[in-house]
Amino acid sequence: MAKIKVDGNEIEVPDHYTLLQACEEAGAEVPRFCFHERLSVAGNCRMCLVEVKGGPPKPAASCAMGVRDLRPGPNGETPEVFTNTPMVKKAREGVMEFLLINHPLDCPICDQGGECDLQDQAMVFGMENSRYQENKRAVEDKYIGPLVKTVMNRCIHCTRCVRFTTEVAGISELGLIGRGEDAEITTYLEHAMTSELQGNVIDLCPVGALTSRPYAFQARPWELTKTESVDVMDACGSAIRIDSRGREVMRILPRINESINEEWISDKTRFVWDGLKTQRLDRPYVRRNGRLEAASWPEAFTAIRDAVSAASPERIGAIAGDLATVEEMFALKALIASLGSRNIDCRQDGAALDPALGRASYIFNPTIEGIEDADAILIIGSNPRREAAILNARIRKRWRMDDALPIGVIGEAADLRYPYEHLGAGPDSLKEVVEGSSKFMTRFKRAKRPLILVGQGALTRADGAGILAMAARLAEQVKAVRSDWNGFAVLHTAAARVGGLDLGLVPGEGGIDARAMLTGTDVLFLLGADEMDLSRKTAGFTVYIGTHGDQGAHHADVILPGATYAEKSGIYVNTEGRVQMGYRAGFAPGGAREDWAILRALSDVLGKKLPYDSLVALRAALFAEYPHFAAIDGIAAGDPASIGALAKKPGKMGKSAFASSVKDFYLTNPITRASAVMAECSQLAKNVTPVAAE
Amino acid sequence: MLADKDRIFTNIYGLHDKSLKGAMARGHWDGTKGILEKGRDWIINEMKASGLRGRGGAGFPTGLKWSFMPKESDGRPHYLVINADESEPGTCKDRDILRHDPHTLIEGCVIAGFSMGAHATYIYVRGEYMREREALQAAIDECYDAGLLGKNSKLGYDMDIYVHHGAGAYICGEETALLESLEGKKGQPRLKPPFPANMGLYGAPTTVNNVESIAVAPTILRRGGAWFAGIGRPNNTGTKLFCVSGHVKTPCTVEEAMSIPFRELIERHCGGIRGGWDNLLAVIPGGSSVPLVPAAQIIDTPMDFDSLRDLKSGLGTAAVIVMDKSTDVIKAIARLSAFYKHESCGQCTPCREGTGWMWRVMERMVRGNAQKREIDMLFDVTKQIEGHTICALGDAAAWPIQGLIRHFRPEMEARIDQYTRNAVQSRNTVLEAAE
Repeated sequence: MAKIKVDGNEIEVPDHYTLLQACEEAGAEVPRFCFHERLSVAGNCRMCLVEVKGGPPKPAASCAMGVRDLRPGPNGETPEVFTNTPMVKKAREGVMEFLLINHPLDCPICDQGGECDLQDQAMVFGMENSRYQENKRAVEDKYIGPLVKTVMNRCIHCTRCVRFTTEVAGISELGLIGRGEDAEITTYLEHAMTSELQGNVIDLCPVGALTSRPYAFQARPWELTKTESVDVMDACGSAIRIDSRGREVMRILPRINESINEEWISDKTRFVWDGLKTQRLDRPYVRRNGRLEAASWPEAFTAIRDAVSAASPERIGAIAGDLATVEEMFALKALIASLGSRNIDCRQDGAALDPALGRASYIFNPTIEGIEDADAILIIGSNPRREAAILNARIRKRWRMDDALPIGVIGEAADLRYPYEHLGAGPDSLKEVVEGSSKFMTRFKRAKRPLILVGQGALTRADGAGILAMAARLAEQVKAVRSDWNGFAVLHTAAARVGGLDLGLVPGEGGIDARAMLTGTDVLFLLGADEMDLSRKTAGFTVYIGTHGDQGAHHADVILPGATYAEKSGIYVNTEGRVQMGYRAGFAPGGAREDWAILRALSDVLGKKLPYDSLVALRAALFAEYPHFAAIDGIAAGDPASIGALAKKPGKMGKSAFASSVKDFYLTNPITRASAVMAECSQLAKNVTPVAAE
Repeated sequence: MLADKDRIFTNIYGLHDKSLKGAMARGHWDGTKGILEKGRDWIINEMKASGLRGRGGAGFPTGLKWSFMPKESDGRPHYLVINADESEPGTCKDRDILRHDPHTLIEGCVIAGFSMGAHATYIYVRGEYMREREALQAAIDECYDAGLLGKNSKLGYDMDIYVHHGAGAYICGEETALLESLEGKKGQPRLKPPFPANMGLYGAPTTVNNVESIAVAPTILRRGGAWFAGIGRPNNTGTKLFCVSGHVKTPCTVEEAMSIPFRELIERHCGGIRGGWDNLLAVIPGGSSVPLVPAAQIIDTPMDFDSLRDLKSGLGTAAVIVMDKSTDVIKAIARLSAFYKHESCGQCTPCREGTGWMWRVMERMVRGNAQKREIDMLFDVTKQIEGHTICALGDAAAWPIQGLIRHFRPEMEARIDQYTRNAVQSRNTVLEAAE
């Protein structure tokens, strides 16, 4: 700890603090543009100048000077800084004037207006008039992709975007070319950025130079209703804020959650919102004479009742999709059980995960934040960059702390934005690594906190159980599972999966799994299940409860329109096993209803009325049966012993190479497939240029 | 007046043999091994005793700078970096050392490197200095062949010297920007602290010195710090290369004693001012970045750090730019503003935005197309840049204009008056014609 006086108040701060942080700690506000807590220090905006007593007779950049760099006075006095002296005021006014002379001041037509650092700080720290009589600089706008719109006249060269892409995203896509007045931020060849995290530069940009292209000219920040919620585009459960106007979602922004996404979100999370408006199911449909026709709720329910009463209970099945909340899966399970069926599954992809093996066997035990503590990482059958971009950024952050960190990959040799050792492609390589004594394995064994990341690419195969057991054996062998560290990490790709497994949404005694249900049932309920190959389906009567006219709806006999994650409150459990609650930002369109309510109404029609009339009552029942869901933001840790038990299970392994379960980062669920922005990104990523329909 | 026997650069005009043999004949490389054997502390103490102040412009005591290097290596190598990126307008002293007397520099590198535990020296040569680099490289090759450099050196201390050729950016003469450029990055100054002596080139302790500071070191150590300290006046000791350019009869680079009065310097070496002393208008005494000094103040001033500082100017690199009364002094300074606008790296706000602003206003001042109050505004803008930037280029851009306004404000106002009068007259003409 170091002592420092800020404006006369003596405080004690940690040694590594910069003057800026110390001033904040003391309650003195220091304006800044280039400084950002999570990026390296650039010190180039010069807005954070403060006066240091006893230093040179000029102000010092507080973001770049550490508390440690200050020397005590001649008689050992505490070093002193000032943020409110005339010198500081003059310096700030001067810098602000310089920033504004070439800034276009087009606030009325700027999307950043109302949430612009430059605007706000100019109000507080600037002068009231301008002395600049010359022409302002004009800078050509750059094309840097379909997501980020540029108005380069507004750029103040803080280089936050450059530092973000280089440091966090791990790809040097943006840079500052030219020098002096002519310096410009660009991708140099004006190609689109390729990072999955590029949208974050919009939040980082302190001015309106980089703004959201899909959101351009859509709304003003003060018109928007802000709802804090949880993302479902991947299994990380990033903290988001949904901004809506009326019932329309206008944009999605990240919230700070240190244990998951820090303050970044992936582009899919950020830009998927246009998918919430298109391809929506807004009324029930019933298939008559081979055609889906609009129907009323009672008609739809009657059709379902007829089909269910005609089927024998063991020929009824239900599959929960990737975006379902815990509540609706709980209701679905209760409904199917009351119909006398054991055919229920939440694993559309057929992953070899079984709640019977214990919670530790299917969650990301070390936690996302815990990646920073890991000192060796082995990735098996996963491409975390595509499957969980935020989590991948965390691995990169860990690698940046120590670039000697051993990282091994068994599976696809993809560009993960950090260097790793590619140990092989499939189960054979895994076996070799476990049994052999390769250089990597020697280092891995020596690690104190090794992390074994098992992706769905390794588990959604016929030999998934064998691979899971092998991974557990490896964990035992390198002592990755102890009372103080559990390095066995399963990376999910579906937001609903861990919740479903927690609820035990797997076939009961004698029941059949998702794959078998497609052919082995007479009545099949699909709760937003769109990720299966439904063309294989021979099941008689299919009920689809969901939001978008996607695969599931096309193969349905009755469609019941549900609500998306932005339109309902619900509990999601992320890949770490962290229970989180999402909130409703608006209402579902037309006749669509919240999914739990649909199931509750349906149960009444089927004569098996579920015992809850409100979401509160449903949750009460849920918490009574599964108390860990009540601990919002908490993680019920898995029992390390279950990994040991898993390791003892025998299992065969095949030969084929692991392939990531996410083939296309931008198109992983019905909402993304309905989004024009995601479609454009997907095409760009595949390097397909749309050809005009001439 | 410096006696010939006290000259360090005996071949600054290239009239003699510049090869290793020639340099040795003139006394260079004499007893270098003996100097090294006296040890690191002796060398640094002797350098401190000599009172040598850095010749790159800032005038920081060289011996003190060397002593900042860690005494023991913590596992990181130490580096000596020579700043031969001499780009300051008016300055051409290092150029002559590089092309005509390179062995003074090479010997200095070995000694300085030894005193700070560096086994590698990088010489960063200005991009435009093609022939100079070739001459320097040839001299280095000679030394390698002679066993003075490289592994198992005859001197008992291994030193490798690498010549790096810059790409011609003024900013790379700033020590940390030079290090960035040397590392292969964009030449933009680093934030200090940490200082290069702590974390410099490739994160290792590094000392960056000007060519002249290093080149004079061997002679100082051979003849003793006291000899050097005996030349000039206290705190401004030794000999100095002055590069006199502009309106003198014979512009030249000359080694002279520090604190030589301006009048003597010009009379003795440059044949006097063009058109006589009465024709002198102003002098920029230390390269383009220091404020100019009007004739009356400079004529009898000793040319050294302290007396020029008292005139609110500076010795800088001792590049004396003489301007006689035929000079449009406003235009001259506007040209310097254009230079600084062009060479600003664009990293930090005040310099990036301010240099362009100053230049544009200066261009109007040249024509007189301005308001008189804008002179005060311009001065205020220079003050807003000065001291607020990462490196000293901001200060360098601000000072010439400050000097101009301080000393030639009446000329600037007269120019504005003239323009306004002309403007009024021409408007009247137009009006008359229209009637």
